Amino acid sequence: MNEPGNVVVEPPSGHAARTRLWRILDSFGPLLALALVILGFTIADNIWGQGRFAELRNVRVILVLTAPVAVAALGMTMVIIAGGIDLSAGTASTLCATVLACSLSAGYSVPIVIAMTLLTGAACGFTNGLLIGSLRIPPFIVTLGTMTIFLGLAKQLAKGSTVFVDRNRIPNWLLNFSSTMPPDWNGWLPNIAIGVWLALGVAVLVAVLLRCTVLGRYLFAIGSNESTARLCGVNVLGVKLLVYALAGLLVALAGIYSFSLVKIANPTEGIGKELKFIAAVVIGGGSLSGGRGTVLGTLAGAAIMGVIASGCDQLEIQNSTQDIMIGIIIIAAVTLDQYRQRSTQR
Amino acid sequence: MAESDSNTSGDIDSREPMLFMQGVSKSFGATQALSQVSLSVMPGEVVALIGENGAGKSTLMKLLSGVHLPDQGSMKIAGRLYRPVGPSDARRQGIAMIYQELSLAKDLSVEDNLMLGREDHRWGWVARKQQRKRVVEVLELIGHPDLSPSRLVGQLSIGAQQLVEIARALLSEAKVMIFDEPTSSLPKKDVDRLFTIIDRLRQQGIAIVYISHFLEEIRRIASRFVVLRDGQVVGGGPMVTTSDQEIVTMMAGRSVENHFPKVPHAIGGPVLRTRRLTGRVPSDVSFELRKGEIFGLFGLVGAGRTETLRQIFGLDKTLSGFVELGEQQVRSSPRQCIRAGLGLVSEDRKTEGLAQNLSIADNLTLSDLNPFSRFGVLRLSKRTRVVREWMQHMSVKARSSEQTIGELSGGNQQKVAIARVLHQNADVLLLDEPTRGIDVRTKADIYQWMGELASKGKSILFVSSYLPELIAVCDTIGVMAKGRLREVRAADEWTEQDILSVAVSNELTSI
Repeated sequence: MNEPGNVVVEPPSGHAARTRLWRILDSFGPLLALALVILGFTIADNIWGQGRFAELRNVRVILVLTAPVAVAALGMTMVIIAGGIDLSAGTASTLCATVLACSLSAGYSVPIVIAMTLLTGAACGFTNGLLIGSLRIPPFIVTLGTMTIFLGLAKQLAKGSTVFVDRNRIPNWLLNFSSTMPPDWNGWLPNIAIGVWLALGVAVLVAVLLRCTVLGRYLFAIGSNESTARLCGVNVLGVKLLVYALAGLLVALAGIYSFSLVKIANPTEGIGKELKFIAAVVIGGGSLSGGRGTVLGTLAGAAIMGVIASGCDQLEIQNSTQDIMIGIIIIAAVTLDQYRQRSTQR
Repeated sequence: MAESDSNTSGDIDSREPMLFMQGVSKSFGATQALSQVSLSVMPGEVVALIGENGAGKSTLMKLLSGVHLPDQGSMKIAGRLYRPVGPSDARRQGIAMIYQELSLAKDLSVEDNLMLGREDHRWGWVARKQQRKRVVEVLELIGHPDLSPSRLVGQLSIGAQQLVEIARALLSEAKVMIFDEPTSSLPKKDVDRLFTIIDRLRQQGIAIVYISHFLEEIRRIASRFVVLRDGQVVGGGPMVTTSDQEIVTMMAGRSVENHFPKVPHAIGGPVLRTRRLTGRVPSDVSFELRKGEIFGLFGLVGAGRTETLRQIFGLDKTLSGFVELGEQQVRSSPRQCIRAGLGLVSEDRKTEGLAQNLSIADNLTLSDLNPFSRFGVLRLSKRTRVVREWMQHMSVKARSSEQTIGELSGGNQQKVAIARVLHQNADVLLLDEPTRGIDVRTKADIYQWMGELASKGKSILFVSSYLPELIAVCDTIGVMAKGRLREVRAADEWTEQDILSVAVSNELTSI
């Protein structure tokens, strides 16, 4: 870790050692937690259940359940790193799904349908960014407002009910997009739904964006200290617009996933989903005060929730118990985050 | 309240002091903020505490108000050993601070603010009547029964808010009250009112420590003064027998000789010009900065130096006037200023200058990532190389270029902040208190760099509250007071006394 030659090395102190420990926990903590949760359920399943938890079939289920949450949560990670929050992500994703369903029903060609869906998401995000950046209203308030606006728009579009789409109008790839039983695959990748692979691809892109691009540096800088960013000539408004629009794009992608799972669009289905996205980021070590968050952590956070959901199903644990478990994990993750912050501050 | 246990009562000098500090020292890391400071204030006495910025006044106040504990020495209040475990404990033991920034809950009424934390209540129900009686009593005591207890504090003027703060201190039965620059944001009539109240407090037997830069004020209110410099008490005595000149000399005189490395540099034509620049604080500021010039700006807290810099850099709004860089007017945003070749080092490293939880590399390169980016993608290895070169050049002590900046010492943080401006290759550097709170050696390094930069044709606007460095380092010095640039002269035409007398002068006395 020490660099040779030119940089003066400070003698290691208790403090430095402690922060190094936290830094390791920082990057691997959420993965560790994920491993523990998986291990716990595997053991429990072998003792009390039918021993199906670790089967490939169930792994597929978990991955398919996790992918949409993960994709939207990756967008949320960027927003949260930049010191923002997006409460409208849940209803925006169903608005996108509704746009998808309606335009499919209306018989538009598939590329146009997908483009419209993605554009809707980006527009939702752009609106958030514009209001937050130019009106200087806190993101929490702005997105609280747009959350119900997007819900209302989706309801209007669906004419107050659920949108059903004729099966023949849905292209094959979309049917299998996040299927737990994908058709035979003759590529070299393991036989898992294409949506899961897409989610992984998005994760890699976001990771590269955060680590290796100018935009990534600006996101961390704004979230860490907006006045410093302004002092350094960062175009704060522009960056905010961009990050909310990007997050909106990913929210639209999550909308495509959820449509593909149920093949209908229900405008009210997205209410409360945003909290799942935020929970994934927070469990993954993202800080709601900005400046911190990782792709790996968010993926682990989303997976933890997927594993708990599926594990509880296998063990026939009630849905209510799942909710309580996830709640406890969120609080534990944030408590850990607070400790970490205190220990790295002088 | 002022009763002493000793049997020789009556004689003033043998009474027990209300506040007594002896041999108090405090250091932060390598910086000795206070050393062997002793101070005693009798009941009913007003003692003025005088010193330049950074002389140790605020550290002293922080010890008294329980924010820090002294490393050495003892403190007593009314004869009892005083060792507060925190600010609330300090308040309980009878210390009240009246800060520059007021600490009131703006959305609560006067009454609620006064009684906050000590409400009269029965099982949680506020006993309004009883409480109102006490509030009215205390408002009468400070001579302002006209202040309505049900008004919201946020709607009151700053002066009236200060009254509430003082009343609150009285309600908590404070024995010692400390006023920290209480008049800095008050209009004239409120200042008179404040002095009447302080006089009343004095008659109540409260011991008062009054901190101010303004000698005229101190003369009106205090009977005795103590001068702090470099963390030590360098003088004191009764106000009546000491002249302003003597006090100023005590403030400015140096016990330690600091070395100011000099680099010869030539001064060219004008580079940056401000014309009647007016904003929230600065008013009508016009000056000219030439190529290769180090221009110093002196002033007391609130004189408007920082605001002038921020306005030039587009961080604060300009109401009228303009800034010219070369032949062009520079406008609006920090972004455009950086492009035009300006660079600002903020006085406040913690909340503005640096993003405390980002790495050294991020902080150093944030204002100019262009050299490392290709289509928006960063070449991290190249950046690391450049950052390491800067760290070596500025001898930044750190584990690696990826270390979080908040973990570094103040001096090393400052080096990174300066390196950022150098990295972005600014032609005009605006340095706001770049040497504040850092050790002597780093200070000398910074003077050296400033000289080298000037010799390379860069221009520097240097805000400082430390007179010796200004006089030693600058080519030209301007003195600001109350938002105006009062006087500009070549550095060798100033003495410390001249500068201070321009800076402490009130508008009425100077022009």
